[in-house]
Amino acid sequence: MSQINRLSGGKIDRHQILNFTFDGKTYQGHPGDTLASALLANDVRLMGRSFKYHRPRGVLTAGSEEPNAIVELREGSRQEPNTRATTAELYDGLISKSQNKIGSLRFDLMAVNDRFSNFLTAGFYYKTFMWPSAFWEKFYEPIIRKAAGLGSISLKDDPDDYDRGFLHCDLLIIGAGPAGLAAALTAGRAGAQIIIADEDFSFGGRLNSERFTLGDQSGSDWTGQTVAELSSLPNVRIMARTTVLGAFDHGIFGALERVSDHLLQPAPGKPRQIFWRIYTKGSLLCAGATERPIAFENNDRPGIMLAGAMRSYANRWAVTTARKVAVFTNNDDGHRTAADLHAKGVSIAAVIDIRPNAPQSKDFEVIAGGQIINSRGRLGLKSIDIALPAGGIRQLSCGALGVSGGWNPNIHLTSHHRGRPEWLPDIAAFGPPAKGPAGLRVAGAAKGDLTTSGALNSGTEQANAWLKDLGFVPTAPDLPEAEDAPISITPFWFVKGCKRAWLDQQNDVTVKDVHLAHQENFVSVEHLKRYTTLGMATDQGKTSNMGGLAIIAELTGKAIPEVGTTVFRPPYTPTAIGAFAGRDRGTAFRPTRKTPSHAWAEEQGAVFVEVGMWLRAQWFPKEGETDWRQSVDREVLATRKSVGVCDVTTLGKIDVQGADAATFLNKIYCNGFAKLAVGKTRYGLMLREDGIAMDDGTTARLAEDHFVATTTTANAVSVFRHMEFARQCLWPNLDVQLISTTEAWAQYAVAGPNARRLLQKIVDPEFDLSNEAFPFMACANITVCGGLRARLFRISFSGELAYELAVPTHYGDAMIRRLMQAGEEFDAVPYGTEALGVMRIEKGHAAGNELNGTTTALNLGMARMVSKTKDSIGSTLSERSGLKREDALKLVGLRPVNPANPVPAGSHLMSKGDPVDAAHDQGYVTSACFSPNLGHSIALAYVKSGDSRMGEILRLVSPLTGFDHEVEVVSAHFIDPEGERLRA
Amino acid sequence: MIINHPLLGPRDSAEFTYMGDASLIDRPDWKNPQALTQFIDYGYMRDNPAGAHCELWYHEQGDRSFLVVTRDTTTHEIFSVELARDVARSRGRST
Repeated sequence: MSQINRLSGGKIDRHQILNFTFDGKTYQGHPGDTLASALLANDVRLMGRSFKYHRPRGVLTAGSEEPNAIVELREGSRQEPNTRATTAELYDGLISKSQNKIGSLRFDLMAVNDRFSNFLTAGFYYKTFMWPSAFWEKFYEPIIRKAAGLGSISLKDDPDDYDRGFLHCDLLIIGAGPAGLAAALTAGRAGAQIIIADEDFSFGGRLNSERFTLGDQSGSDWTGQTVAELSSLPNVRIMARTTVLGAFDHGIFGALERVSDHLLQPAPGKPRQIFWRIYTKGSLLCAGATERPIAFENNDRPGIMLAGAMRSYANRWAVTTARKVAVFTNNDDGHRTAADLHAKGVSIAAVIDIRPNAPQSKDFEVIAGGQIINSRGRLGLKSIDIALPAGGIRQLSCGALGVSGGWNPNIHLTSHHRGRPEWLPDIAAFGPPAKGPAGLRVAGAAKGDLTTSGALNSGTEQANAWLKDLGFVPTAPDLPEAEDAPISITPFWFVKGCKRAWLDQQNDVTVKDVHLAHQENFVSVEHLKRYTTLGMATDQGKTSNMGGLAIIAELTGKAIPEVGTTVFRPPYTPTAIGAFAGRDRGTAFRPTRKTPSHAWAEEQGAVFVEVGMWLRAQWFPKEGETDWRQSVDREVLATRKSVGVCDVTTLGKIDVQGADAATFLNKIYCNGFAKLAVGKTRYGLMLREDGIAMDDGTTARLAEDHFVATTTTANAVSVFRHMEFARQCLWPNLDVQLISTTEAWAQYAVAGPNARRLLQKIVDPEFDLSNEAFPFMACANITVCGGLRARLFRISFSGELAYELAVPTHYGDAMIRRLMQAGEEFDAVPYGTEALGVMRIEKGHAAGNELNGTTTALNLGMARMVSKTKDSIGSTLSERSGLKREDALKLVGLRPVNPANPVPAGSHLMSKGDPVDAAHDQGYVTSACFSPNLGHSIALAYVKSGDSRMGEILRLVSPLTGFDHEVEVVSAHFIDPEGERLRA
Repeated sequence: MIINHPLLGPRDSAEFTYMGDASLIDRPDWKNPQALTQFIDYGYMRDNPAGAHCELWYHEQGDRSFLVVTRDTTTHEIFSVELARDVARSRGRST
């Protein structure tokens, strides 16, 4: 039979039937239902198995604080584990599954854990699985991981989008119960820009769950009318299904809007969720309160739930968990549940109130001064055992039990800046701290005003306090008469003598565990929490923390406020990582930068590599080449034989202008720039202030007050930042301006013996490129191709006669095509970063592998470049004795003694005869390649006193790979050591 | 966090790059006989106050100003924001 537990009334649309499945079985519910309410309507109490002991569990709550009814939603790539059935909005076609079981939910094979509960108590990890230590990773952990209550993931890509958004307002109201709605009405009518957000899909908070009237209206009618008025105000933004997750600095809040979780799949173009960052001048927390249970023996059976939740299911969703129910309470609010269910025709077995003076009822039995000491029913509650005040035990049959231990204000967000909650004795609960996040006020039940009337009034009061602060005229909305019953509660946390009485149902922590922790001297609340894992599940102990504190208080003989509390942290409820990532996933994680020759290089079939977010051509395979080495060797040989072209646009270019530009560069680079002549280029080495080499590159002087500095591709951003720091913080009075022009110019290296002849076909004839007119290290503003402005630098990374030609970026594509076309008669080749690397190693030029953040100018063999006659960044600290040791590492070349051997980068060097260990280390290989010009592998390496060990044979070892052979220390300049080619 | 930029008004801290202790402005004089010791202090010694701390923030995704932000490290309250260039000048950093 369908929906046998459905009652009359409720905020559901009975005209529409929604079909859904749970563990493969089809059920029906209505719009307005949650998965939990629909399952209860269909008499499904058992919804999951517990984390550790695999005990049968059902719903405890009717909201986001739910520790038990944790399920898997949807299928395939949209499958989502560990979701609360109490917040999952029902839709037609929803597929849901229980978690954490082997076999079926009714006969979970792992339920045997419950029999071994004595071995699985607090701290069992630390005690049980210690020996032998090697067993942990291979044996214990996989078994525990499989056994512990976590859902499964699909391992498929999530097909949906997650967005990030930004909102600004005068006042953010968190929660749309009576306090939030009254505040929104007050501030909205005054004209303030407000946002009111609630995690629920239906505004009204507890008003949806109670039978209270507001004036002559029902709670939901008043809510409807208020929301309608707010919707009509242009200055109010209403956000349902939006959880404010955290309070951050300076009035910034994080909020998650579930745009499409209540739909079969998101509408086209719509994201599943939006992570909002809300910037607000003021904020008002109206998050309500959460009911807490009372612990008693076997209090975790399906059917045992919070009394307020039982009332919510009856009033809002027209559902009863069973046809005969009981209530266990220490306060008057529990009696409301019995009254409301009685009014809906549900049979009330009894109200068991621990207070001897409990109010009586003419409609149902009240056992004043009674306590529940046990419950029965394997897969769901069948009966309870009651210790009667006069002595004796009475067994009472019932299918559901509502438990109320009082209400805790939801002060989560007020603790996000480490604010310590304050004890409110009237309601026996913690209220908001005196010093919470700046600009956060609290109203309603979150503040401890637990009555409807109190909520409406404090919402209005606090909103008006904000209006005053923000310069608006306060308003006094016409608040309705509302429920104002005094709070009557006798603090009562657990039934004496109970052991297997659950405090934290999500992490399976019992009263006995807390006793054990105390016995083992874990008495600080922070220790207790970590040792027992109480409150460490995804619900952050919303329903369980207070019980644990109360027990520790009793055991230590302290009052609860003296015991203290643990700290709530964002997010308020579990949040999918995808929502934080937004659209920053896959290739959108960061930009892809393409050079101006990219399209052309793709046409040539180039293989690309990512360098500093740029895609650079790594090599250009030709037909018939099956191995990357074939392509690279060919590119190197062809360039050294005739001419090659390489896109070097990605190198950082920093334009340095101003009367003091030369003075400034003199401070940035360790070598001198003041005397560099106009029309000349110079290699510069930049140090960090600690004397370590930071970056290098050439700097050209285009005019007296105009330089262009180049940086390595990877350091373009950090060098620019470093130069801005020096300009603004160290030498603020220098007349110098910086701007990055990396992306303004397309730049090509043209290298090889025919480089000049090729360029003469491109450069306009009035510019003389002869060696005399434009020698090595010259630079000039020129024109090419009949008037296009360009820059030409005669610099060489390859060691060949070489130039770099820069044209405005938009001409980059045309220029590479023109260069290759003009180069046809010289058999010009394009070459990629691999060939570039081979040629620079052959030439002995340092690059990123050598400037690796640990090396100095001395290590690089450039000690003499560090000028002693001027101040530059790093010059003083590079003088430290530790950096100038006799046996300091020096950059050298290496050649394998047996030419057939490779010289892998990362290998270490040992003197012959020495043991192979760190103490005898002589250095390491930084860069290595096969030199097609020499016919064997070569390498650059740092070797202790390397410059004085030329010709020495060393052992090259890699203990990790078992590699061990001999190499000879040689000059790093393998090709053209005299530099004749580049000056040709 | 929100940093109240002296030229651009309130800006989200995500636009900035944190650059460390503002004492980095006080670079020693290389000609001082104690320069080596002073540079070692300058390079490596930092206060770690629980409370007001002067630090450099670089508006890298903005106008490229270096700012000196005085911030309480325990609460993130920001007491003042100044252009680092002005601070450097006021501390006598000439050329």
